Amino acid sequence: MWKLIKKRLQTAVSTRPIEEVLTSQPPRIEQGRLSCEDDLLVRFNHLAATVFGGSLHVRHVDTGSCNACEWELNALLNPVYDVSRMRIEFVASPRHADVLAVTGGVTRNLLEALRMTYEATAWPKAVVAIGGCAIGDGLIGKTYAQEGGIAPFVPIHVKVPGCPPRPQEILAGFLHAMECLTHGVEQSGS
Amino acid sequence: MEYTGTETVVLRAELVKACQRLMQTGFRLLTMIGTDERERTGHFILRYYFAADRTSQIALVTVRIPATDPTYPSVATIIPAASWYEREVYDLLGIQPIGHPDLRPLVLHGQRVNAYPLRRDYPLLQSLPEVRRELQEPALDEGQFIVPVGPIHAGVIEPGHFRFLVAGENVESLDAQLFYTHRGLEKRAEGMHVAEAMALVEQTCGVCSVSHALSYAQAVEAVAQIQLAPQAIWIRTLLAELERLYNHVGDVGNLCAGIGFSFGTMQGARLKEQLQQLNDDVTGHRYLRGVIVVGGVAKTFSFAEIERIRVTTMQILQEIGEITDAILSDEIVCDRFNRTGVLDAQVVEQWSVVGPAARASGVVRDVRMNFPYAGYGELEFSVPTFQTGDVMARFQQRIAEIYESGKLIDQIIRRLLELVQTGDGTPLLTPLPSLVPGSFAIGISESARGENVHFVMVGENQTIYRLRIRSASYANWPAVPYAVPGNIIPDFPLINKSFELCYACCDR
Ligand code: SF4
Repeated sequence: MWKLIKKRLQTAVSTRPIEEVLTSQPPRIEQGRLSCEDDLLVRFNHLAATVFGGSLHVRHVDTGSCNACEWELNALLNPVYDVSRMRIEFVASPRHADVLAVTGGVTRNLLEALRMTYEATAWPKAVVAIGGCAIGDGLIGKTYAQEGGIAPFVPIHVKVPGCPPRPQEILAGFLHAMECLTHGVEQSGS
Repeated sequence: MEYTGTETVVLRAELVKACQRLMQTGFRLLTMIGTDERERTGHFILRYYFAADRTSQIALVTVRIPATDPTYPSVATIIPAASWYEREVYDLLGIQPIGHPDLRPLVLHGQRVNAYPLRRDYPLLQSLPEVRRELQEPALDEGQFIVPVGPIHAGVIEPGHFRFLVAGENVESLDAQLFYTHRGLEKRAEGMHVAEAMALVEQTCGVCSVSHALSYAQAVEAVAQIQLAPQAIWIRTLLAELERLYNHVGDVGNLCAGIGFSFGTMQGARLKEQLQQLNDDVTGHRYLRGVIVVGGVAKTFSFAEIERIRVTTMQILQEIGEITDAILSDEIVCDRFNRTGVLDAQVVEQWSVVGPAARASGVVRDVRMNFPYAGYGELEFSVPTFQTGDVMARFQQRIAEIYESGKLIDQIIRRLLELVQTGDGTPLLTPLPSLVPGSFAIGISESARGENVHFVMVGENQTIYRLRIRSASYANWPAVPYAVPGNIIPDFPLINKSFELCYACCDR
């Protein structure tokens, strides 16, 4: 136990500041306000004050990925990115989810699972396609065993290209999804 | 290294006996490949590859199956490890093993349809009919229950369906249905240029990209019979060890996640992230893709990059020592790890289990040592083993291997520095000669999960005629259910993580 506490105390904070994770350019202070080239941070701050309170529950669906996209999603939870502090949470059931994060190009054996997961997700919902396979421009593409993209089966709201996309890029994708959802809720007036 | 070995062509009736003879002389099943060569030779051909670890020998048993009567006596009756290969060949090529103990569909779920996608006359793009699943009422004794889990799991992990037969708290047996992520990768590769297919091969598995790329490249290079530039060899070796390191370090964290021990989980994840950022900095890809190409490597490392690798790995090695020390000083961790998920050495032999899982059960089996490839023949290292075969052994196995990796990286860097310094100017890429259609070879390399074996047969114009990827996970999955009975269901995620098998490269 003592060793554990000692190591914990010795470990420097490795978590990157939100500003740094969200912006490709380092932010500058201009006229007393934080400003950066990329406006994601501004939008993130804005989102925090909206319907969802900026929180997002994500359910991951693997429809036949190569595992790299999964690990990048998992990396979002590590201490460096630590997305929980941005109120993004991975949930165990689609019934708790706002967003479906889909990886992989929809194999024949998983088509049913994708459909059922989408249907089980409560409205309003958004779908984030992560990686080339899910978006539909993967190298493997259509074969006898896979469809080559999720588009024919569920609507895609946000595409995060890459093979695999880096964790920051996936995070940006989630923030865009949050915006989609906010607009959706405002429009339908609920 | 080239694995020519001995090839024996046998008649169908003698197949089982020929395999048995090899098993009795210290060989184990390495892989089995079915090919549709009707247009070339008028037959289907099955190739059973065997390996003898102690004597570093490869043996090949070939059997021709007439197109008019695609059946043969099943080898799985005497070698359990052959079971999955034969089921897969039946699913995809329609060659039936007579007497096979379990002929349920493996790769293609649902009902058998009379379509065999790996046959040459089956078009790549033609979809199979949608899966119709049938639920079967299992016969249960008093007090027994079936607990189904998956295919979509609670965490961010890959899909697989598990059925636990439980009585009270204890699991009595486990039935795992995999191949949910079967993508048809091997069929896709057919007809592709051997060099271009590398990008595809790297997508077999996210976290073993280097190892798959190596196995594939070595297979093609064995067919082409080319020698690589020394610098290319050492860069490949370095990448292979970097991959092992980030996987094993990550697994230390993952195993702790299996019991909800967040100190270990987070420390492991933090170090893994550091290593992946290192990968990104020196190769431009967090999973080290794109560097290994057929005939060599696509880039070399600068002094600054090599120094970055040295400093980071040294620091990680030091930290991982402190962290694992702290983890193992925790009573609850030890209690959960010890005697959980025991894999018998006997099962290891029967099912030809590979990698850290085999070594943690006391079986010395490491391709780097037994069949040295890339630069391993010239390096000094040992193959650690543990005896108990439980989760604790597999955990400690990884830690021991992390240190070995550290030693290897140190030696490789020294070699590499010499070469970069002298700048011998040999190109990093050896051009491919024109390949003889119909020639084939296998390539083997040791990933963080065990050996990956690629079989490549080339066709006309430098294209692939048949690619068969046998990953470490494919070899180890059938043995996992043997480690589960007697444990409770909440221990299954832990046992599963201690094998750390990948679904994608198993299913392809
Ligand atoms: S996009 Fe790339 S990394 Fe992601 S699942 Fe597909 S092949 Fe793997």
